[in-house]
Amino acid sequence: MMQFRKSPRFGAFAAAAATIVAAGLFAVAGNAQAPQKVRVGLMLPYTGTYAALGNAITNGFKLAIEENGGKLGGREIEYFVVDDESDPAKAPENANKLIKRDQVDVLVGTVHSGVALAMAKVARDNNTLLVIPNAGADEITGPLCAPNIFRTSFTNWQPGYALGKVALAQGKKTAVTFTWSYAAGDESVNGFKEAFEAGGGKVIKSLALPFPQVEFQPYLTEIAALKPDMVYSFFSGGGAVKYVKDYAAAGLKNTIPLYGPGFLTDGTLEAQGEAAAGIQTTLHYGDGLATPKDKTFRAAYVKAYKSEPDVFAVQGYDAGQLLVAGFAAVKGDTSKRKELIAAMENAKIDSPRGPMTLSKAHNPVQDMYLRKVEGKENKVIGIAVKALADPARGCKL
Amino acid sequence: MTRRRIALAVAVLLLALFPLTGSAFYTELVTKVMILAIFALSLDLLVGYTGLVSFGHAAYYGVGAYVLGLMAPKYEAANLWLTLPVAIAVAGIAALAVGAFVVRVKGIYFIMVTLAFAQMFYFVFHDTAFGRGSDGISMNFKPTAAIGAFVPFDLANATHVYYFVFVLLALVFVFLRLLLRSTFGRALQGIRSNEHRMRSLGFPVYLYKLASFGIAGALAGLAGYLYALQFGFVNPELLSWHQSGNVLLMLILGGQGSLIGAVVGAFAFVAMEEIYSAVTTHWQLLLGATIIALVIFLPGGLASVAQRFQRKLIGGPPNE
Amino acid sequence: MDFYSFLIQLLNSVQYGLLLFLVASGLTLIFGIMGIINLAHGSFYMIGAYMAFSLSTLSGSLLVAIVLGVVLSMALGVFLEWALFSRLYKRDHLEQVLLTYGLILVFEELRSLIVGNDVHGVNVPAIFNWSIPLTETLSYPVYRLFMSGVCIVLAVLLWLLIAKTRLGMMIRAGASNREMVASLGLNINLVYRLVFALGVALAAFAGMIAAPVSSVYPGMGTSVLIICFVVVVIGGIGSVWGALVAALLIGLADTFGKVLIPQAAGVTVYLLMAAILLWRPEGLFRRGI
Repeated sequence: MMQFRKSPRFGAFAAAAATIVAAGLFAVAGNAQAPQKVRVGLMLPYTGTYAALGNAITNGFKLAIEENGGKLGGREIEYFVVDDESDPAKAPENANKLIKRDQVDVLVGTVHSGVALAMAKVARDNNTLLVIPNAGADEITGPLCAPNIFRTSFTNWQPGYALGKVALAQGKKTAVTFTWSYAAGDESVNGFKEAFEAGGGKVIKSLALPFPQVEFQPYLTEIAALKPDMVYSFFSGGGAVKYVKDYAAAGLKNTIPLYGPGFLTDGTLEAQGEAAAGIQTTLHYGDGLATPKDKTFRAAYVKAYKSEPDVFAVQGYDAGQLLVAGFAAVKGDTSKRKELIAAMENAKIDSPRGPMTLSKAHNPVQDMYLRKVEGKENKVIGIAVKALADPARGCKL
Repeated sequence: MTRRRIALAVAVLLLALFPLTGSAFYTELVTKVMILAIFALSLDLLVGYTGLVSFGHAAYYGVGAYVLGLMAPKYEAANLWLTLPVAIAVAGIAALAVGAFVVRVKGIYFIMVTLAFAQMFYFVFHDTAFGRGSDGISMNFKPTAAIGAFVPFDLANATHVYYFVFVLLALVFVFLRLLLRSTFGRALQGIRSNEHRMRSLGFPVYLYKLASFGIAGALAGLAGYLYALQFGFVNPELLSWHQSGNVLLMLILGGQGSLIGAVVGAFAFVAMEEIYSAVTTHWQLLLGATIIALVIFLPGGLASVAQRFQRKLIGGPPNE
Repeated sequence: MDFYSFLIQLLNSVQYGLLLFLVASGLTLIFGIMGIINLAHGSFYMIGAYMAFSLSTLSGSLLVAIVLGVVLSMALGVFLEWALFSRLYKRDHLEQVLLTYGLILVFEELRSLIVGNDVHGVNVPAIFNWSIPLTETLSYPVYRLFMSGVCIVLAVLLWLLIAKTRLGMMIRAGASNREMVASLGLNINLVYRLVFALGVALAAFAGMIAAPVSSVYPGMGTSVLIICFVVVVIGGIGSVWGALVAALLIGLADTFGKVLIPQAAGVTVYLLMAAILLWRPEGLFRRGI
């Protein structure tokens, strides 16, 4: 059995006391500052499953800043970086580190919606400017919208809604939806349902499995028994890889066509291989857009980072562009908060994805593209919905 | 004895004066550590003094936090004096319910079963509509401490929260100290050393263990409530087994079987996390390696380091 | 649900349960025979899957990868037992839990450093890469049937090893009374080392054959670990037979639970566990191979 000590001696108290004193010293040291540079806080995942996305966003963001001479509104920039590990439990503390300890002027992040929700709360409580370059939780530009919160990516609703329209246009009458039962999945499916059922389609069943489980067999068996015209599914990352492969292995690929938002096939084609061929998805970006801006962006990105950009890099890039526009309007004077926000609200961004503006709730109004998997690319084959804005239900802006 | 008393008094004084440094961020950080200290103390009762190693203690911590999250109204502040007792009670009841099952077994089995039940709670909050899902619950307002028209302190103020938690930590500490000196507490320690003998002496061992489990759960619920109060945000990861593992780690850092050890362990754990994550993004590697090294080379925790150091300095084994 | 769908869901349950059994068998062996609680068991599953990925990419064949992988994982098991686990026999459970918890963190970060955090697919070997049509819409992948077959064969081999061979006899003796066996002149340290290596190899092997079907991703070790714990809790520590029965029960509860009671999806397995513990606090089968 383990030995149990009695109350520890003098030494242990000394250790605890020393820790408190040390923390106190840190605290006092941290108080004295004289900011001239713009403090930009980056709170993104740099480890874990979403590390690649965190890096892509950071690269895109920094590229936009570099193209503007490395400055915001004429001022130099100081970056403060926190790895949020896509962990919602640590999110309030991580956000606090940047806002209260490092006193950032702007907070940029993140990928995971749960983390972003916590960040949005802390940003609202402290009135810090927040730009979200990915997390799609509808709420953030819905009931939780605020003047100081912006998003340059999407709401989970947008691609879903767009695909609903596509499904109607392609003559589908019945559908089964299948996703992880968490906010992102539910919101995506709701977007699809809204468009599909408004046009006369019927969702005969909505299946969901707990996040992040990946044992799909029982559900695939059920889908086969239900025999709908199509299946709408939202999965991402490892789950998407497995799902698409399982779907094909169960023979459903040939009998019941699979559709979903772009995340089903973005960044996963290498691993999915043949199983993904021909799948149609909707997203605000895709391969082969070939607009002039996209070409220059892609070339610049490849030159700077030696890898191809993806939708996440674009979102980071546009976050940078948004801030550049805002800061230019106030010539870097962050005390002119109202003007800064107005400038960002009215910015017309020349994005690699196409022309982009922001809705009243500060979410992108953008074209949703229809893409098809061809080889290792999600090729854009058309526009599903032009200039789609999220309805921002519950937002009081 | 006196030397220890002085050291304890100095530590308490430093802790009481800390908010005067004026940094909101660090005041909140030490508040968080004190909350974790309450959590560690609650587990110490179970592991250090009753000898029941639970790997699912985070479940009751999370339950306490979620009580506030679920009770908090959307458009106004919850009342502290209503929600706090409810959180403690619900966490205690949950612990008694699980305890009724698990206290019947011992050793490896106990560890595994407590882990499995904690996972069950985790999934209830993570996957069911009742728990509101994996993104957690955000509270728009901090609870209010108002009793009628009188508002003794403002929980939206970080310094007030700091002292509120400080007082609670002191109360929990004193409560446990008294509990452990009572017959009940002595019996628990007897059960830890030799269960059969206690049983043959006529003690209803099952009931004592169950009571210990329940009290530990209730106190963990208190800590969880305070966490939710401080951050205004709860999420299922509060019940994850990583959280259960971390609190066990705090005990081994501080040296289990001593109340001060639990508090020291909480400080040491957070310090370690902060330092490691400042050094590298792969800080979990350092954390894992430290844990392994600690287990192999330092089974007595940091307290044993302090003891050996003191023995070298002063000579002779100090006695209780 | 019509009868045909029911049969197919039954097949799904059994296939899932058998794979769980394969991973959990190693865990329960190590518990039962060496008395060590090993939280890092899920990490071995993950290591197996990542080995399948890297080795099959290098060698071009999953079969070669699996053979190599089994050898490597046994070597890893021997090394770990010698370096770390042999120190745990005299320690109490808390220390075992903490040390193996630390190991999980170390393995996860090492994997992140060595192989990265991307998700990878492993190709199903060509011979198995087809499906048997069951209904007009649904086919069943042959590879999954192959996996179930392998699990059954392994279960039988494991039983034969432990019940019918001299080594098995030594293992069973060592499980009951380590000191006695040592004093009888048998090299108990070697036996333990072999058992541990076997446990690691079983988990890694499960990861390898499951890789084409489950894909290879960072969180895979942790998700399998918890469910393995439930298997062992329900089945009874140290009982391989119990692990088999428990794994099949969990397969059934999980599969039919998802389809029939979707709102309680994640919790069904734990409700099953609570129900069984109410009836038998120490699991279905007591310690005994």
